Amino acid sequence: MFEGLSDKLEGAFKRLKGQGRITEINISETVKEIRKALLNADVNYKIAKDFTDSVKEKAMGQDVLKAVSPGQMMTKIVHDELAELMGGVSQDINLKPNPSIILMSGLQGSGKTTFSAKLASFLKSKKGRQVLLVACDVYRPAAINQLKVLGEQIEIEVYSEEGNQDPVKISKNAVAHAKNYGINTVIIDTAGRLAVDQEMMDEISRIHKAVNPAETLFVVDAMTGQDAVNTAKAFNDILDFDGVVLTKLDGDTRGGAALSIKTIVNKPIKFVGIGEKIDAIDVFHPSRMADRILGMGDIVSLVEKAQEQYDEVEARKLQKKLAKNQFTFDDFLKQIQQVKKMGNVKDLMGMIPGMGKAMKDVEIDDDAFKGIEAIIHSMTPAERDDPSLMNGSRRKRIAAGSGSTIQDVNKLMKQFDDMRKMMKMISSGGGRNAMRNLKQARR
Amino acid sequence: MAFFGIFGKEKKDRLDDGLQKTRENVFSRLSRAVVGKSKVDDEVLDELEEALISSDVGVETTLKIIERLEERVRRDKYIGTDELHNTLREEISLMLDEYKSEKLPDIENTKPYIILVVGVNGVGKTTTIGKLASRFKSVGKTVVLGAADTFRAAAVDQLKIWSQRAGVEIVEHGMGADPASVAYDTAIVAKSKNYDVAIIDTAGRLHNKVNLMNELSKIKRVIQKVIPDAPHEVLLILDASTGQNAFEQAKQFTAATDVNALALTKLDGTAKGGVVIGISDQFKVPVKYIGIGEKIDDLQVFNASEFVDSLFKNK
Ligand SMILES: Nc1nc2c(ncn2[C@@H]2O[C@H](COP(=O)(O)OP(=O)(O)OP(=O)(O)O)[C@@H](O)[C@H]2O)c(=O)[nH]1
Ligand SMILES: [Mg+2]
Repeated sequence: MFEGLSDKLEGAFKRLKGQGRITEINISETVKEIRKALLNADVNYKIAKDFTDSVKEKAMGQDVLKAVSPGQMMTKIVHDELAELMGGVSQDINLKPNPSIILMSGLQGSGKTTFSAKLASFLKSKKGRQVLLVACDVYRPAAINQLKVLGEQIEIEVYSEEGNQDPVKISKNAVAHAKNYGINTVIIDTAGRLAVDQEMMDEISRIHKAVNPAETLFVVDAMTGQDAVNTAKAFNDILDFDGVVLTKLDGDTRGGAALSIKTIVNKPIKFVGIGEKIDAIDVFHPSRMADRILGMGDIVSLVEKAQEQYDEVEARKLQKKLAKNQFTFDDFLKQIQQVKKMGNVKDLMGMIPGMGKAMKDVEIDDDAFKGIEAIIHSMTPAERDDPSLMNGSRRKRIAAGSGSTIQDVNKLMKQFDDMRKMMKMISSGGGRNAMRNLKQARR
Repeated sequence: MAFFGIFGKEKKDRLDDGLQKTRENVFSRLSRAVVGKSKVDDEVLDELEEALISSDVGVETTLKIIERLEERVRRDKYIGTDELHNTLREEISLMLDEYKSEKLPDIENTKPYIILVVGVNGVGKTTTIGKLASRFKSVGKTVVLGAADTFRAAAVDQLKIWSQRAGVEIVEHGMGADPASVAYDTAIVAKSKNYDVAIIDTAGRLHNKVNLMNELSKIKRVIQKVIPDAPHEVLLILDASTGQNAFEQAKQFTAATDVNALALTKLDGTAKGGVVIGISDQFKVPVKYIGIGEKIDDLQVFNASEFVDSLFKNK
């Protein structure tokens, strides 16, 4: 369900390979895969269709250069087109008028309150603004309290009116308060509302008119599906908002909603929320988002991270052993140590395009290594060197010595064997292929 | 099954209102596509594909539905436009019905019946708990809530307000307390005071955060120290506006806590209930409740055939 586009395209590209020119016939399968991938990433149905149509048009008739594969060429066309759609460069927030008023809007649970606090803290620390947070969600239980607690944490004043049920009045009073005290930035948090709720949409429209914000932000959950277009359009029709905030991007959603929204309202995405902590806020990077929707992974940061931790010399030694099929249990132990140093293996592997999916079926957690290490430590040096020595009585002794069961030892032997096979494949081809081959071998 | 009886007659018109959008969407398209035709042709199937995908059913499930439909057409040789709706209803109903909530323990014979509520941030966990508490109480059940979201600002306060609205007891250790110990104490209170139902709120968490998911597994284990076969219901809350990521949520939360029931919230919005079909079909976990508003009685027991009916009902 969630394979990255690059992964899927690989298959489709096989059909393109060896053909000198991109034509209607050899591209149709590829275009279908792109479309499917976009839909799986939650890009709106119509937008996905338009997008693939335009990609097709761009690609059609192009010569496939000798230097690059048709696959690489298509990937580039798709990526460039998408990055452009996402909006070339990141855009800043408008803080001109004094006080500059920022109004939050969005559905229930999209993350307005948390983001209000993040933005307040961001503007205070990064731009030296004095900020007033305004609690206008008078409906959800404890919503005002939530903002107050956050305000305390970041040492920013929170304006609220006990017992006042009118958000329009509260926001007006808050602005007057800011003016009185010379506070130059006002962030108004509002209740979540559905676009189809006439009364509530009317309310936010009245708040908007009453305070005339310099910046109205539409806050949307990055996990939103096909509905993103309807909601964004409805809020934009009423508020003509200035920018979009994409929250919960620290999840594993592909975030196709971003593309849908950008296309439908043509407003810049200005910020993203990337965690529950106050400082988990970032400006929006269109090109990164394009990669994400396409499922291309963050290869650059993977390489950097791996380079930091990986011991070049060890790696080369290993490479030689693998080639000669001399990989032993001692090497296995060293491997485990390397892997542990690199941090969360799954996270790391997830950054490799196409690898994320494969890794999901391979269970790796740090504790899992403990048992393995114990078993290997119970082996004699000779056994570690030559796994073929491991007969039944040796296995029994090792199980007893390491406080594990015979089954555990057998399992490890099997794993080791698989690992050897996989290592061999990796050393003789791409890691991604190795994964696939391994899975097929198991079946 | 006896549990469904508790809720009695559901306010069906409300559900219909909520689903209006989806229905119009699927329906207007389909009608447009079939006017003047007497069988399902490619054009109709294309329209159907668009309608289903636009309702977040997802590519795979949509293809599955279409395949089933095509199979029917092949088998029956001929399908009229009238039959199309019926067939569609049957096929989707089947996908939802195949794995009904038989796996859930019987609440009438389980006391205390412990419900652990889980889900990503902001989907409506706390609100659903408030609604559930009120519904259980209204049918004479005694209820205690556990405030195990000790992380999100003012989360305990929020649940406290719901406990007051529903008029039920709450176990809380304040903010920052160990969520597992709150869950543990809630189970103890439920057991020692002989409550019918205990509902435990947890902090919203994204399913790809290993540590937070481990924390959930721990909460579950701790509850089992008090009542070995608890939690009887692990209720995953899904936001109806969520797209395909909901599948990943279902997968990861199930891995961490053996989710055995789903609730779909915010169906009063644009109500693309399509996500239910795919998830129920793929994970074989039944959808038990739907949320259709922010008020205390805006909760319904999910009923597959009614749901599909509302989805495809004529006009
Ligand atoms: N319209 C509508 N809103 C809902 C529904 N259920 C919950 N909400 C709203 O969604 C928002 C988030 O709900 P909460 O219950 O706080 O969600 P939660 O999952 O507990 O959130 P966290 O604890 O922050 O992760 C609130 O504004 C609720 O009023 C529903 O069925 N329909
Ligand atoms: Mg909550």
